[in-house]
Amino acid sequence: MAYATEPPKQGFRLSQLIYDTRYRGITIQVVALVLVLLALSWLVGNLMANLEAKGKDIDFSFLWSRAGYDIGQALIPYTNDDNHFRAAMVGLVNTFVVAIIAAFFATVLGVLIGVLRLSKNWLVSRLMGLYVELFRNIPLVLWIILAYVIFSEASPEPKDFKVVDGVAKEEMFLGIAAVTNRYTTMPAPVLDRPLPEIAGLPTSGLAVILVLMASFWVLSLIRRRATRVQEATGVRPGTFWPGLAVVVLPVVALLVAMGFHLDYPTFKGFNFKGGLQLAHAFTAMVVSLSLYYAAVTAEVVRGGIQAISRGQSEAAFALGLRPGRTMSLVILPQALRVIIPPQISNYLSLVKDTSLGIAVSYLDLRGTLGGITMNQTGRELECMLLMMGIYLSISLILSGLLNFYNASVKLKER
Amino acid sequence: MTAYVRKQMLEPSPPPASQQGVIGWMRENLFSGWVNSILTLAAIYVLYEFLSLGLPWLWHGVWVADSHLQCLEIIAERFGPDASGACWAVIRERWGQYLFGFYPTEEWWRPILCFGLMLVALVAPLFADDSKNAQWIIAPTSALTLVLLGGAGAPLLVMGIAVAVFVLAAWASDRPVKLLVLTGVYPFVAVWLLWGGPLSGPVLAVGGFVILWAVVKLFSGRLGVPLSAGIGIVAAFLWWTVIEPRLTASLPHDLLALAPVESENFGGFLLAFIIGVSSIGMALPLGILLALGRRSDLFIVNKLSVGFIEFVRGVPLITMLFTASLLLQYFLPPQVQFETILRVIILVTFFSAAYIAEVIRGGLAGLPKGQQEAADALGLDYWQAQRLIILPQALKISIPGIVNVFIGLFKDTTLVSFVSLMDPLRGVTAIVRADIDWKAAYWEPYLFVAAIFFVACFGMSRYALYLEARLKTDHR
Repeated sequence: MAYATEPPKQGFRLSQLIYDTRYRGITIQVVALVLVLLALSWLVGNLMANLEAKGKDIDFSFLWSRAGYDIGQALIPYTNDDNHFRAAMVGLVNTFVVAIIAAFFATVLGVLIGVLRLSKNWLVSRLMGLYVELFRNIPLVLWIILAYVIFSEASPEPKDFKVVDGVAKEEMFLGIAAVTNRYTTMPAPVLDRPLPEIAGLPTSGLAVILVLMASFWVLSLIRRRATRVQEATGVRPGTFWPGLAVVVLPVVALLVAMGFHLDYPTFKGFNFKGGLQLAHAFTAMVVSLSLYYAAVTAEVVRGGIQAISRGQSEAAFALGLRPGRTMSLVILPQALRVIIPPQISNYLSLVKDTSLGIAVSYLDLRGTLGGITMNQTGRELECMLLMMGIYLSISLILSGLLNFYNASVKLKER
Repeated sequence: MTAYVRKQMLEPSPPPASQQGVIGWMRENLFSGWVNSILTLAAIYVLYEFLSLGLPWLWHGVWVADSHLQCLEIIAERFGPDASGACWAVIRERWGQYLFGFYPTEEWWRPILCFGLMLVALVAPLFADDSKNAQWIIAPTSALTLVLLGGAGAPLLVMGIAVAVFVLAAWASDRPVKLLVLTGVYPFVAVWLLWGGPLSGPVLAVGGFVILWAVVKLFSGRLGVPLSAGIGIVAAFLWWTVIEPRLTASLPHDLLALAPVESENFGGFLLAFIIGVSSIGMALPLGILLALGRRSDLFIVNKLSVGFIEFVRGVPLITMLFTASLLLQYFLPPQVQFETILRVIILVTFFSAAYIAEVIRGGLAGLPKGQQEAADALGLDYWQAQRLIILPQALKISIPGIVNVFIGLFKDTTLVSFVSLMDPLRGVTAIVRADIDWKAAYWEPYLFVAAIFFVACFGMSRYALYLEARLKTDHR
């Protein structure tokens, strides 16, 4: 009974490219690719024609010519005789400095506010809610500009701190720091015997970071060994004190060896001498980014804690775990899984938002490479390409870390 | 001997005084332990510090003065030499610039009408199946718009037309979907109202879209959606580039014409809304395509979408704006010249499209697989399945996310001042503070701008929350 008909045997027809689902995908892709390539070649063709009309070319060698401008806040050695590349690197470091300090404060403040917002205390939870809504619903640029304006227009002049007849018009904060209308001054960390510089790199700072990384590596070894011992014998050897010693002692030893101490600002003559003098652009950026992202972080933390169902903590209590261990063993590991992915994208936006330093002329990557260098050399195309490339690499690296983390904490389902 | 037996139930005794009333509430919510008590006291202290500084400052505010110095004199005269006070006179004198930039005063009714119509046009997509809330939006919007129009001295004819539109909207609001026509026409009306010129401009521009729609309708049955859309786009493009200029030239220039307003005069919150709304509006279709592309099995389409989305999301908006102002010209033929505002809108559209694509991707991922499988089982092709089954559901659950993207974008419109547009925050405030009279005012302008941003963004985020609660139908 051969009712089933054979598929019609016929050659390939051109219309199959559109109507046959086996080939249609390929057709669409080829068409899309051709269209995109056409558009790209049109854009590049226009670019070439326009550049030629203006007598320009694409040339990155300007990076090695003398920059000729000063950067107030240079954390790696820099003078205006250095080249544009070095200036861009100074800017990149400034970007990172602001981002890291602000991320630190935002995290600490944000966790605190997020937890307090869930507090049973009516007044406190309302206040925290107000804080979060206030900062989230008003543009970050406004906070940056407002902070800058308040610092530079509403704070006292340096000479108000002068002690006349035993009294000063303004008192320093705890006797060590002061906000004036020209700068903020605070104690500076100083090394008496820094390590010699190699190829213009700040070796002392790098050494501290390396030592810290090594310490944490040893710490993870200690933890792993403790887990092994626990699995073999059932008794977990104490890791807190050895861990603390491993993390703290080497760094302290290194700092003592390099002669670390704080240099306090003092008022001499008409101005503060010694200590750090932070430009308002920097302080305003740190303050506003921290406060703004604290609000954003608080929302993420609150969402993460609320996402863990009540049954989890009830089950933990039923098992006889104390509240502290319930938090650290049951709630936090699960809440962190919810909190960390959005928090990493918050850090990502924070890094990108450091570019708003333009509002207060903070010389970050945008201010040096995409600002003064671009204006001086007239190389908009090259500068913008470089700048976008650098921001893009930072983002991609961070989101790569995010994906790696997500994969490692994903619920293992069977 | 009879034992005493109580015959009646005792009245329940009231809870102890410390457990009820104000005291009980305070014990429960404010002082339930020493940690909580300390927190409460700290909170009260912080509140006191803020209010003791802020309230007198607000209370002493001066509304009528010619300069900041005069403000200070008035305050010193009224409340003593040490009193601090706000100088709202600067807002009183300059609020028009904050809202409209240098838009001509006698034409202010145009942006006002535009804004009112926008709210009504948004009702259809935002409150599609909620006629009660739709009416709640339309009624006060209409009333407020009409009052403002009257205040701005709009021509009587315009008032009549506005009344007609609002009555129509109110009539249709029992099923807000009916208002979608208004949503479709709105962009063209808005452009005409804001920039002025003859009415034939927007009408002819709509013509291109009508052609596109007709071609897709006619050919999509035989050729499939992508191909017919391609033909339609070519046809519409021909209309706009070849036929429309000739028609425009042949029509009289003053036919139903509004006085043209140059883009340089746009500023303040008007500019923020134009950039925000038009970018989101144009980014929506692009974002949908990108999201579909990112989920597509087709290798090249998928990689192109991923590449675009990740690139745009990886760079700060400010670099996109610089690209708009410095680089876009390099990539276009020399005879094509855009105004800065248009260039900014184009780049911001790309920027928001990437973010919207991610939101919609989340919405698509939130749909159960069965929906696509059911569509396949019914024999729908890809575009039919997307249009009839997948996208309506996915878009619905993405609206809160899209609103959040819009909030972010609306706040980010303050950045356009860095490419020398007159945004409310930096652009207008710089102009105001460049005036010698108001140089010393900094709290007042920034607070004013902050308050408007807060009201707008807070309102929108409440709307997103409302929608999230409403949409929680739990598909799974």
